Amino acid sequence: MTARPTIALGDAHVGFRGRIQALAVERAGAGLPGPELERRLIELGFVEGADVELLHEGLFGGDPIAVRVAHATIALRRREAMAILVSAEAAA
Amino acid sequence: MSAAAPIVALVGNPNCGKTALFNALTGSHQKVANYPGVTVEKKVGRLTTPAGHVLQIVDLPGTYSLRARSPDEEITRDAVLGRLQGEVAPDLIVCVADATNLRLALRLALELKRVGRPVMLSLNMIDIARKRGIEIDAGHLARELGIPVASSVAVRRGGTDALLGEIDRALANLPAVSAPSWSAPDARELRGGQHEADRLLRAAVRRTGERDAGTARADAVLLHPMAGLIILLTILFVIFQAVFAWARPLMDLIQTGFSWLGVAVEAAALPDVLKSFLKDGLISGVGSVVVFLPQIVILFFFILVLEDFGYMARAAFLMDRIMGGAGLHGRAFIPLLSSFACAIPGIMATRVIDDRRDRLTTILVAPLMTCSARIPVYTLIIGAFIPDRDVWGFVGLQGLVMFGLYAAGIAGALGVSFVLKRLIWHGTAGEPFMLELPDYKVPQLKSLAIGLWMRATIFLKRAGTTILAMMVLIWVLASFPQPPEGATEPAISYSLAAMIGSAIQPITAPLGFNWQINVALIPGMAAREVAVGALGTIYAIDGGEGAAEKIGQLVAGQWSLGTALALLAWYVFAPQCASTLAVIRRETGSWKWMWVTFFYMLALAYVAALATYQIARTLGAG
Repeated sequence: MTARPTIALGDAHVGFRGRIQALAVERAGAGLPGPELERRLIELGFVEGADVELLHEGLFGGDPIAVRVAHATIALRRREAMAILVSAEAAA
Repeated sequence: MSAAAPIVALVGNPNCGKTALFNALTGSHQKVANYPGVTVEKKVGRLTTPAGHVLQIVDLPGTYSLRARSPDEEITRDAVLGRLQGEVAPDLIVCVADATNLRLALRLALELKRVGRPVMLSLNMIDIARKRGIEIDAGHLARELGIPVASSVAVRRGGTDALLGEIDRALANLPAVSAPSWSAPDARELRGGQHEADRLLRAAVRRTGERDAGTARADAVLLHPMAGLIILLTILFVIFQAVFAWARPLMDLIQTGFSWLGVAVEAAALPDVLKSFLKDGLISGVGSVVVFLPQIVILFFFILVLEDFGYMARAAFLMDRIMGGAGLHGRAFIPLLSSFACAIPGIMATRVIDDRRDRLTTILVAPLMTCSARIPVYTLIIGAFIPDRDVWGFVGLQGLVMFGLYAAGIAGALGVSFVLKRLIWHGTAGEPFMLELPDYKVPQLKSLAIGLWMRATIFLKRAGTTILAMMVLIWVLASFPQPPEGATEPAISYSLAAMIGSAIQPITAPLGFNWQINVALIPGMAAREVAVGALGTIYAIDGGEGAAEKIGQLVAGQWSLGTALALLAWYVFAPQCASTLAVIRRETGSWKWMWVTFFYMLALAYVAALATYQIARTLGAG
């Protein structure tokens, strides 16, 4: 695997396209217990290898965000999106 | 025998068109009941398949996994596993999948397969998928999954034939009954399931990833940070306009109908007591509630249309941050919006909120939203006390006061949720906001009609039970004991109602309330709108058309402005609806939260009315 730098999806901006590299639930800040958050993210399709695109963000603080993950559009807050590590799509 | 009819359960992701499929399969042969011990609606329908099987079809709340996160989803899990009291596990599970969005559904199908009951997959909305050029190799999917796969189109005649054929085939060779088994999957299993689903998808489906072009174009505007919010507020404004303006003619019609009934009773040859009971008790009592049916139907029309369009999830997205500032969850938006019609459906709609505290907060503040039952009281008092003139040249003063009362309710709700979240629950970070934004879809008339019909019957049932009973009670309190011979005061002064009103006089005197108001407040505890009718009874006014105006003129002569304003303030906050409290008890499953709601609202109402009256008196309006 090529070692492209990863960022947290929670730090990305509208228009970002990339691929999920890992879930790191400890980075999501206080909220759900890590294992539970991880399971919920997976149930909504956030698994390693899935393509993501950040489609929309809210007015205040750019929160929450709407993310295209594979074939569905999911809304979530940036706090939880911090747990999703993504690599930017290679420039064509 | 219905007990022998095989049970087929529909399970699927939210927004997969499951309910439309359910409606298509069962048509009008469906009913909504409650599961024993819980309040989630159980939707069951009957149908006869082409092969002559009589089935019971159960529509279960949408979910991504049997690992339930909300009360709704627990029902799905328990129903599938046959854990519900008095219910057996389904004979066949139909996993309904949106053919345009198969990825998460396939993972759910894999999880359902592990339960060990017969499962099949229904590729729903296959017509839309084909139109978008998505090709699904159903045979390949069936082989790989090891379960039957059938396509379906819920919205077209004959669109469920293939599915029914597969159901018949499956029922013809049901395996020997085995107890369902399931344990919550951990992250590793879930991840494995999703990877397996992704592999299936690559093997059996062509062209999957593209976004629906129409949805993308619409979202560019509707989810625009600024324009999206403005559009949402405009939609809300139109809804309120419609609820209040469009409903008017229908409400007048209903009112005329009931007053005609009253006149008919008056003319009948019946004993006076019976006449009074029928006219003042039954007809005016039930009539004063049924008159809100048009408003409720119109509000729900909008809510259901927006829901079916797929807009409600967007509204939650746009409002999440704003509501989060007050400690409310984005998903609380829909329940709170419903509460403007009536807190009861609003509180029931909180079931979609996963987190217990978020849900409790929403339930606790929902009754502060100005429900339509407050409108007659507001209208009466504003009409009687607030001069009908314009301020700043173009804004009606009466309308402005009405708006102020709504604003006070909303501010109260935000304040209370803020206090709950920050001071009492110490701002625990709580539940994440995670929500699928489905593709936009044109609402189906049939689903809409069925949804509205359900809402209307639920409302009328309440009018026919709780409110009817309360009206009878009020009539008894206001009519007995009857005045002695040669009485000079109005008959009601001798009644039980007057005694009660006078007894609580010391408590309400600082608010500027007289005993007549006290008496009207007591039935108002059962249902707010009843207070208008009760004032009518107390001030001994003949019912019929224009009765409200007559009460208005009368109270304008008897109350001070301070009293009137204090009563308005009281009405913004007071916990005056027995049905709402009953629903809170049911939905929270505890008496505690019902009493918490009752007392915090009572305290708010008392303080608000006290402050209003005392300030008004100081300013010389007492």
